[in-house]
Amino acid sequence: MDITLDFGGGAEVLFNNIKKRELKLDDGTKWTLRSFLQYMKDNLLTDRLELFMQGESVRPGILVLVNDTDWELLGELDYEIQPKDTISFISTLHGG
Amino acid sequence: MSQLTKQQIKRYNRQIIVPSIGVKGQVKLLDAKVVIVGAGGLGCPVSSNLTGTGVGTIGIVDYDEVEESNLHRQLLHYESDVLKNSKVDSAINKLQQMNSSIKFIRHNILINSSNAFDILRDYDIVVDCTDNVATRYLLNDACVLLKKPLVSGSALQLEGQLTVYNYQDGPCYRCIFSKPPPPETVQNCGDSGVIGAVTGVIGSLQAMEVVKIIMNHENVMSGKLLLYDAAMCSFRNIKLRSRRKDCEVCGDNPTITKLINYEQFCGMCAMDKNPNLKILSENERMSVSDYQNITNDHLLIDVRAVNEFEMCQIKNSINVPIKQLLAGKLNDELLNEMRQKDVYVVCRRGNDSQLAVKCLSDKYSIKSKDLIGGLYKWNEEIDNNFPLY
Ligand SMILES: [Zn+2]
Repeated sequence: MDITLDFGGGAEVLFNNIKKRELKLDDGTKWTLRSFLQYMKDNLLTDRLELFMQGESVRPGILVLVNDTDWELLGELDYEIQPKDTISFISTLHGG
Repeated sequence: MSQLTKQQIKRYNRQIIVPSIGVKGQVKLLDAKVVIVGAGGLGCPVSSNLTGTGVGTIGIVDYDEVEESNLHRQLLHYESDVLKNSKVDSAINKLQQMNSSIKFIRHNILINSSNAFDILRDYDIVVDCTDNVATRYLLNDACVLLKKPLVSGSALQLEGQLTVYNYQDGPCYRCIFSKPPPPETVQNCGDSGVIGAVTGVIGSLQAMEVVKIIMNHENVMSGKLLLYDAAMCSFRNIKLRSRRKDCEVCGDNPTITKLINYEQFCGMCAMDKNPNLKILSENERMSVSDYQNITNDHLLIDVRAVNEFEMCQIKNSINVPIKQLLAGKLNDELLNEMRQKDVYVVCRRGNDSQLAVKCLSDKYSIKSKDLIGGLYKWNEEIDNNFPLY
């Protein structure tokens, strides 16, 4: 299954500074955002874990989106990833 | 008879003829009372746009004075204001020249839990142009408790974000972010930088949302978040969750019913100037003047980012950015050298250097000392010509 992963608000610095990438997920299993976070942690994260995750979810201050919609509207960790989904991790900004 | 004077029609006719404004809209603008918290990168474009458009009463809140490093983006402040004028006075002096018919109210004070209600109470709309997490939670809670919409903008480096909280039945800041981010993940403009055109874009968008709220426009940016990425020149409009019924402050059974201590809640200072971290014991620290007297062969590690190190550095110091150090990416050659020599660590203000000393000790059992107060102290006590930023 092909998906797009992108980052914003500085969250990309935790992932080798790559803002957008295309990924191929193993078709044999069902992917939820829960299992995808573990995948990201094991395969993509290049900075310290605590800057990205807390427990099995993302740390406070990072917004997770699927196709530009807040994951809270989609079941959060239980959301089942669909082919061609764009999954985004946006860090909130506070500067002005 | 028009509800507007001849003078007002002369001045505002180019926006009055826009169908969604009209005379009715202009009258609403003239009657509106808006308060802008923060007279910096966002506050300048917000206040100048609202002044031009004829919002009748504009309050500006800021505690800071104008510094030279503000000028590249805070375009209401001039060279002649640096270290002379408060941001509030500097901004309002210019705004008055733009439009003398506006009533400006000066709030030259750091907004906090004990004065927020008094400052915000008399306005219809609050605009968040602040630069730190603690004040953002404070404004959110105050706006929920006072039942006022909060037009929130933020910017950093090449990105900006915009949304409206607590508008009609939309979510508040806590509905989206019930817990503050860990302090070490928060970047501010002082440490990470920002481009003036980015704050200009976001500030102008904030001003537009203020106008839409005053007009009772149906598409206010509530329950949505706009992401602006200047590098790609892209705008993305994100759909946010609705108001959370279990929100701590705007929910059906709120647990926050009065303002709390926001610096404590966030573990961060309510200003974009680093709090003084103190995590080391005395024998892990050294003053810049004691360091100056050292004669033996040693290593001075500067843990600032590469860009910052390139701007200025202490002679013979070597650059190992804090991120690289904390991520454990040190080469063996350097580690060996560190084990053989005395190691000192310096950064801009003396906070990251402490984290570095702690990390070197915990991770590598390397004993080092940090230079108290960093390059700021170095400038103050050793070399007045050392550039500060
Ligand atoms: Zn809420």
